[in-house]
Amino acid sequence: MLDFPRWKIWLVTLTTVIGCLFAVPSFLPDRVVAQLPGFMQARVNLGLDLSGGSHILLEASTQDVAAQRIQNMEEMIRTELRRSDARIAIGEMSTRNNQLSFMVRNASQVDAAVERIRPLTQGAGLTGQRDFNVEVRDGNTIVVTPTEAGVANAIESAMQVATEVIRKRIDEMGTREPTIIRQGSNRIVVQVPGLQDPAALKDLLGQTAKLEFKLVDTTANPADLARGIAPIGSEILPYPENPLGQPVIAVKRQVMVSGDELIDAQQAYDPQTNAPVVSIRFNGSGANKFARATQQNVNKPFAMILDGSVLSAPNINEPILGGSAQISGNFTVASANQLAISLRSGKLPVKLTVVEERTVGPDLGADSIRKGVLAGVIATVAVLVLMVAVYGRFGVYANLALVFNILMIVGVMAIFNATLTLPGIAGFVLTIGAAVDANVLINERIREEQRRGRSIIQTIETGYKEAQRAIFDANTTNVIAAALMFYFGSGPIKGFAVVLTIGIVTSVFTAVTVTRMFASFWLRSRPATLNI
Amino acid sequence: MRLLKFVPDNTNLHFLKWRKIAMAISILSIIASVALVATRGLNLGVDFVGGQMMRVTFSQPADLDALRGTVGAVVEGEANIQQFGAPNEVSIRTPLPEGGDDAATQAADRLKAAILKAHPDAVFGSVDTVSGKVSGELFSTGVWAMFFAMIAISIYIWFRFEWQFGMGALFALFHDVALTFGLFALTQMEFNLNIVAALLTIIGYSLNDTIVIYDRIRENLRKYRKMGLIELLDLSINETLARTIMTSLTMIITLVVLLLLGPEVIFGFTAAMLFGIFVGTYSSVYMSAPILVWTKVGSESFVAKAGGPVAGAERVSVNEQLPPR
Repeated sequence: MLDFPRWKIWLVTLTTVIGCLFAVPSFLPDRVVAQLPGFMQARVNLGLDLSGGSHILLEASTQDVAAQRIQNMEEMIRTELRRSDARIAIGEMSTRNNQLSFMVRNASQVDAAVERIRPLTQGAGLTGQRDFNVEVRDGNTIVVTPTEAGVANAIESAMQVATEVIRKRIDEMGTREPTIIRQGSNRIVVQVPGLQDPAALKDLLGQTAKLEFKLVDTTANPADLARGIAPIGSEILPYPENPLGQPVIAVKRQVMVSGDELIDAQQAYDPQTNAPVVSIRFNGSGANKFARATQQNVNKPFAMILDGSVLSAPNINEPILGGSAQISGNFTVASANQLAISLRSGKLPVKLTVVEERTVGPDLGADSIRKGVLAGVIATVAVLVLMVAVYGRFGVYANLALVFNILMIVGVMAIFNATLTLPGIAGFVLTIGAAVDANVLINERIREEQRRGRSIIQTIETGYKEAQRAIFDANTTNVIAAALMFYFGSGPIKGFAVVLTIGIVTSVFTAVTVTRMFASFWLRSRPATLNI
Repeated sequence: MRLLKFVPDNTNLHFLKWRKIAMAISILSIIASVALVATRGLNLGVDFVGGQMMRVTFSQPADLDALRGTVGAVVEGEANIQQFGAPNEVSIRTPLPEGGDDAATQAADRLKAAILKAHPDAVFGSVDTVSGKVSGELFSTGVWAMFFAMIAISIYIWFRFEWQFGMGALFALFHDVALTFGLFALTQMEFNLNIVAALLTIIGYSLNDTIVIYDRIRENLRKYRKMGLIELLDLSINETLARTIMTSLTMIITLVVLLLLGPEVIFGFTAAMLFGIFVGTYSSVYMSAPILVWTKVGSESFVAKAGGPVAGAERVSVNEQLPPR
């Protein structure tokens, strides 16, 4: 067992050397690493708790997505049934309990209405799966209910779009190396290293940036407005900067043109007042709509609405034909710039809420690294000294294995591009302490066998063989624990589990295989005594 | 060179003689821990209850009373302001505010602005804000991770050894976890996500210990067929004592260094681990082994139960060799 075939020696040496080699870039400064060949540039990432930066967890309201779908469906059904060729008269639509229901005035047209609605409820995919169920109740009431699969699809696609929009917005901010990952069905994690004040980022991400232009309903009388009653065909929206005092305004429901038809948005200055504004440009169809609407409504005010709140309501002095316009409001340069970014990157399909935020300043992170590394080095040295004092030559072997182990953990982490977090450092130090255990088990066994008066070779061979069973069982249980930590845990626990798992694998390799190789080399010199 | 030996050869301590007293102490401390957790409760961090946790460094030693006033003006509910590390470093913990999911982050922004206004020199080392929704999930995933780890490990031991061993290990684990919870209830140290990682590691470490002893018991059961069980358990513990002490020592050295010199942020984590090493080592000797006496491990028990409810588990009987490995 102790005689190591040549191929095995090569394999073990190669594995160790490669593992340690991959650790090297992680200890070198950026400048040097950039000059290395590509495959050697992989390094251990430092978690935000060590490097400093912001971690933000955003959550989309799935209810919002569902409600919005029903609203869209309502619009679509209304348009479809109102088509002039075969108009079907319906009563008021209600959207209670996430269901859409309405009465068909003429009971004989119920079947025709269902026929016309049905194509709208089909999913976009080829599966033929329905997004909505349509049923008729009490003879003339049509009820449209969203299916679970349909809602799930809608959330999925909304999240995909949202992730893209967030990526664009963060890129526009010019932050370096942001990480944007979907988490679960309705969450997005945004990690930005180095960012210390996430307030601007949160504002940027929290803005849906749904821009609409609607005509102001000048027929609304102030008394009704105050009581929240809008004229038919209009709605009341908040208008915090209303120069007339009242913080609300009535606007027509119909959208003149929306932000979906923008092709560009930039922060600019109003040529007359020099106030910061956002200048926008529409695409062809948007420009046409805007031109038509402004031509027909010269000298009437229109409202610029952002996320359901009116920014400003200027008068249309002349038709705006060129396809570009200015959004004015009570902007600062920064807020105008932020709005421009949001508009350029498109509107979020769903409102995102910040549900978790962790920010670590770079000083604290650097301090943690310094202290963690210092403690790690001191602890390692203490353990190394103890091992030599207790096991002599075999302690030296164990120590060599330990050093290889540390380098290999770093190397493997670099290969997998794993992230080292603060609990990760603790896991690291722990692995160092625990890795010693395998060698302690082996060496104590060797001592026992030695007392039984066997030959040196037999002593060492039996020692390794007998100790392996316990080493195997002990490490398997730890891998089980680490796997569960990784699966169930979040954030710090995951980071800890990664380091622990890698550490367990490399420590079994170095503590058992590598030390045995050393022992077999030593035995080749036919030692006369074994001092352990 | 004369090598260091912590345990002299042929040491023979009668560990099992004290098993009843030890078990009584263990059960009492478990009950005490549960009672402590029930009455005093755990000082759950923002990870688990939501709210904000800020670490702020000022250029001068902080006037905590003045700071309390500043914080109290913008925070609803009781804020917890403590000095940690150097005198100019302060941690501020505030409870989860009423409101929607983003109420916590909005409150954190308000608080930060208020502190900066009163103390322009303030540097925020870290700001953690967790909403009620997320904190609830973090708590339940943490508890489940722990629960499943204990169950999975026990099942593994049951398959590798015998059902008595699996039970012994489960009890020992429960003991370690309960006592660590008790420690946190007693000292009111903050219980956060890192502590769950520490608990899981304690479980892993305590298991290491237990398995090394169990492995020796299994071996000796096969080797000394006529030996009395108590004598055999004592022998197994003595034979593995040198390893137990050496490994615990290296772990303790590592953790003490980390406790004294490591970053403050993981103080609770290291403290929990250090405590866990002690109770874990104790429970391996005084809980997982004596349970084998009471559940009557031994050749008779294996023979009697052949083909019974433990079918499928590995048989470790006197007449059977362990599979070679």
